[in-house]
Amino acid sequence: MSEQKQQLAHHEPKHGEHQHHVTPPGVYVAIFITLLVFTALTVGASYVEMGVWNPVIALAIGVIKATLVVLFFMGVKYSSKLTMLTVGAGIFTFLTLISMTLADYISRAWGLW
Amino acid sequence: MSDSPVIAHGASEVEHHEHPAYLRHHFESVEQQADTTNFAMWLFLLTEVMFFGGLFTAYLIYRNWYYPAFVAASHQLNIFWGTANTAVLISSSFTMAMGVWCAETRRKGGLVLCLVLTFLLGLVFLGIKSIEYSEKIEKHHVPGFHYSLKSFLDPDSDEAAKAAGDKPLPLDVARHTEVYFSLYFAMTGMHALHMIIGIAILGFMIFRARAGAYTAGHVTFVENFGLYWHFVDIIWIFLFPLLYLISRHAN
Amino acid sequence: MSATIVSLPDQSTARIPKVNFITKENGLLSWLLTGDHKRIAILYLISLSFFFFIGGALAGLIRLELLTPQADLMATDTYNKVFTMHGVIMIFFFLVPSVPATLGNFLIPLMIGAKDLALPKINLLSWYLYIAGGLLAIYTMATGGVDTGWTFTTPLSTHYVNTNVLTTGLAVFIAGFSSIFTGLNFLVTIHKMRCPGMTWFKLPLFVWAHYAASILMVLGTPVVAIAIVLVALERTIGIGVFDPTKGGDPILFQHLFWFYSHPAVYIMILPGMGVISETISTFSRKRVFGYTAVAFSSVAIAVFGFFVWAHHMFIMGISNYAVLVFSLLTMLVAVPSAIKIFNWTFTLYKGSITFETPMLYTFGFMGLFTIGGLTGVFLGTSGTDIHLTETYFIVAHFHFVMVGGMLMAFLAGIHFWWPKMTGRMYPEKISQLAAVITFIGFNFTFFPQFILGTLGMPRRYASYPPEFQVLNVFSTAGATILGVGYLLPVLYLTWSLKYGAIAGNNPWQATGLEWQTQSPPLTENFTSTPIMDHEAYDYDWLDKQKEKEVTTSVG
Repeated sequence: MSEQKQQLAHHEPKHGEHQHHVTPPGVYVAIFITLLVFTALTVGASYVEMGVWNPVIALAIGVIKATLVVLFFMGVKYSSKLTMLTVGAGIFTFLTLISMTLADYISRAWGLW
Repeated sequence: MSDSPVIAHGASEVEHHEHPAYLRHHFESVEQQADTTNFAMWLFLLTEVMFFGGLFTAYLIYRNWYYPAFVAASHQLNIFWGTANTAVLISSSFTMAMGVWCAETRRKGGLVLCLVLTFLLGLVFLGIKSIEYSEKIEKHHVPGFHYSLKSFLDPDSDEAAKAAGDKPLPLDVARHTEVYFSLYFAMTGMHALHMIIGIAILGFMIFRARAGAYTAGHVTFVENFGLYWHFVDIIWIFLFPLLYLISRHAN
Repeated sequence: MSATIVSLPDQSTARIPKVNFITKENGLLSWLLTGDHKRIAILYLISLSFFFFIGGALAGLIRLELLTPQADLMATDTYNKVFTMHGVIMIFFFLVPSVPATLGNFLIPLMIGAKDLALPKINLLSWYLYIAGGLLAIYTMATGGVDTGWTFTTPLSTHYVNTNVLTTGLAVFIAGFSSIFTGLNFLVTIHKMRCPGMTWFKLPLFVWAHYAASILMVLGTPVVAIAIVLVALERTIGIGVFDPTKGGDPILFQHLFWFYSHPAVYIMILPGMGVISETISTFSRKRVFGYTAVAFSSVAIAVFGFFVWAHHMFIMGISNYAVLVFSLLTMLVAVPSAIKIFNWTFTLYKGSITFETPMLYTFGFMGLFTIGGLTGVFLGTSGTDIHLTETYFIVAHFHFVMVGGMLMAFLAGIHFWWPKMTGRMYPEKISQLAAVITFIGFNFTFFPQFILGTLGMPRRYASYPPEFQVLNVFSTAGATILGVGYLLPVLYLTWSLKYGAIAGNNPWQATGLEWQTQSPPLTENFTSTPIMDHEAYDYDWLDKQKEKEVTTSVG
């Protein structure tokens, strides 16, 4: 694991040697604009009758926006595997909560589903 | 010595390593400290994901149980303010990210500017929220406080409902709009609470940034706060379509 | 029981090391404002013991009431309050923090070769939150208590009681954050603060167990937090999320509550299992059989533990398909626990077993946890659960795993690491006696409850049909014996602080970095960063160390 190598090596305090990557502002601007565009898109989409696809599209756009924030604003794209694993674990547990709870509600015989 | 020999000579810090004032003694290096606190913040965000997760679960279930009520109730939310708030928060995320860049590249003035902008945008968000909340209060759409079904039983009496072209709902369906508003206030209220805490911390950070605390190579506080701020933005990214945009097309 | 592995320094010349984490600084504030993980562990130990005895007193009241079939000792409402507070205090203020906050806090940095936990201030905050929550819980009791059961089931807790649901909920909420911060601290520490050479698979299994429990603490606790918030909102403002008259579903509360509370039982037991791994190895003089399997099974318990919560809700109104799914998954989660029991048993095989107190508690754990765990399978099977749920069978099941299992493991750990924490040995004979008394008392108390449950005696009832009285009397008699068994350690451990034999660095001849330091350890744990160059549970390495070592007794 990379931290192990880091610790085994004698502590060379290479000054300013940060592991993390400094994202250039241009990337931030691009993501910012993209997020605003997607916001407009999602508002627009809600005015169009698409039946069962409405919520799907709304959630999909939300997921895309959130992914952009996570990857670029929060820097996960340039982060360690551990950070990615952590984000993944959070998403996985969240999805478990939702899906398994829903499994009860969807399958109720008396349900309002 | 009471320690046995194996412990005696580890990777000894022979070199007179620079010991920045901000390096806590239980850490071996600045990198380890930064890495550690960063990971700690991510874990804290995981707890926030699960905390809001319970609310999203409740929302998912009730939206599917009471879809027509949720549609009618969501028409009571002002899409202009909601979209504006979304843009405001996204902008604040942008200014926050730029602030982190300024800290990393040691631009003190830039950092302060970005933090101030983020702070102000946060306040704007809360301001808009309070406009929205006060409208809800006026119309008696707050669950538990003389909740009124009038807008749903008689949509023509209500501008928002009329503008959306809503038909009057049967009584039992109209009652379920209260569940929508329960979730609306719980979710946006919890979100607003997190915003308030974030804004307070931003205030503290502006003060410290002006003193140069974050532009001398020690950027972890700003970075980690940035993570928190972006997370609060992400919650809103989901709240907005789920609460405001359920169905805006005329039925 | 004449064989013993205990090896103490020459008592005529041995002294407690003058400089250690206890003597480093003096004064109450130096303890209350400390960042030292070892001091925080001691603070937790004292406060936990306090809450344990409050919870125990409440248990005593329950058993006293149940001596007779009528509700004659106290009003039924009062009885409801007693068992509720017993549950709340024992679970949230004793079991959940027990091993992690005391032994975990004390030992994890030592075991991984670090100077402290990653976030010392957060550690202290954890303790402050624990105390705040605990005081609030006591306040709740003093001002009338709460009678909903520790499970706060809606709509009872939201609409039908006038008791202190809100303050108890707040107390649990605060204690939950204490737990979250502890778990967060452990995860960060274990990932980022291991000394050079300490790879994941050289870690003591105690650390693996705490790692798994910490994942549960961080991911599970927030969900019960939001459930409590929603109950509070429902009680105060009257939002309708759990109120059927407003369209809400009370079962939703249970989904959110048990989503945490099932993993909570694994939060409670995993650290205890970590202790057992250490003691069983030391007192068999043998490495733990199947290290990798035990390590991975800890993580497996944590992961699978998230998929089974609705087995607490089989009769509550969830769909039949959900019952099927959760029942199946519950069978799956039993497997990793069983793997551990098998591996520990194989560790014993051909080991040199001695019967010091920690080992007595360890054997108690193995037997009682196995019984408790097996009865869990009966409960996970939805068909039998319908008959057994909400009866004393459940009460017996969870007391077997939590008290026969977890509490025994806690006591094993306290005895095992007592010399490391205090520099002194506890008195062996009386402690072995206490362990035996506890085991006997435990079985008398809780085994009859399995029978009572199968016969149909419901739980949470102050009165019962007279034909159940004999077994109840047995149970209460056992509880008295059990109480003696728990009181004795408090007495002799306190005694040992002044009069116990000086322990030296490694009285058990155990492996593990913590045994390579002085007892009690220095504030900074190690004089210089250790390098981990041997496997975990490497008794050959330990023998080589002893050859090289010159025993000194330096003050």
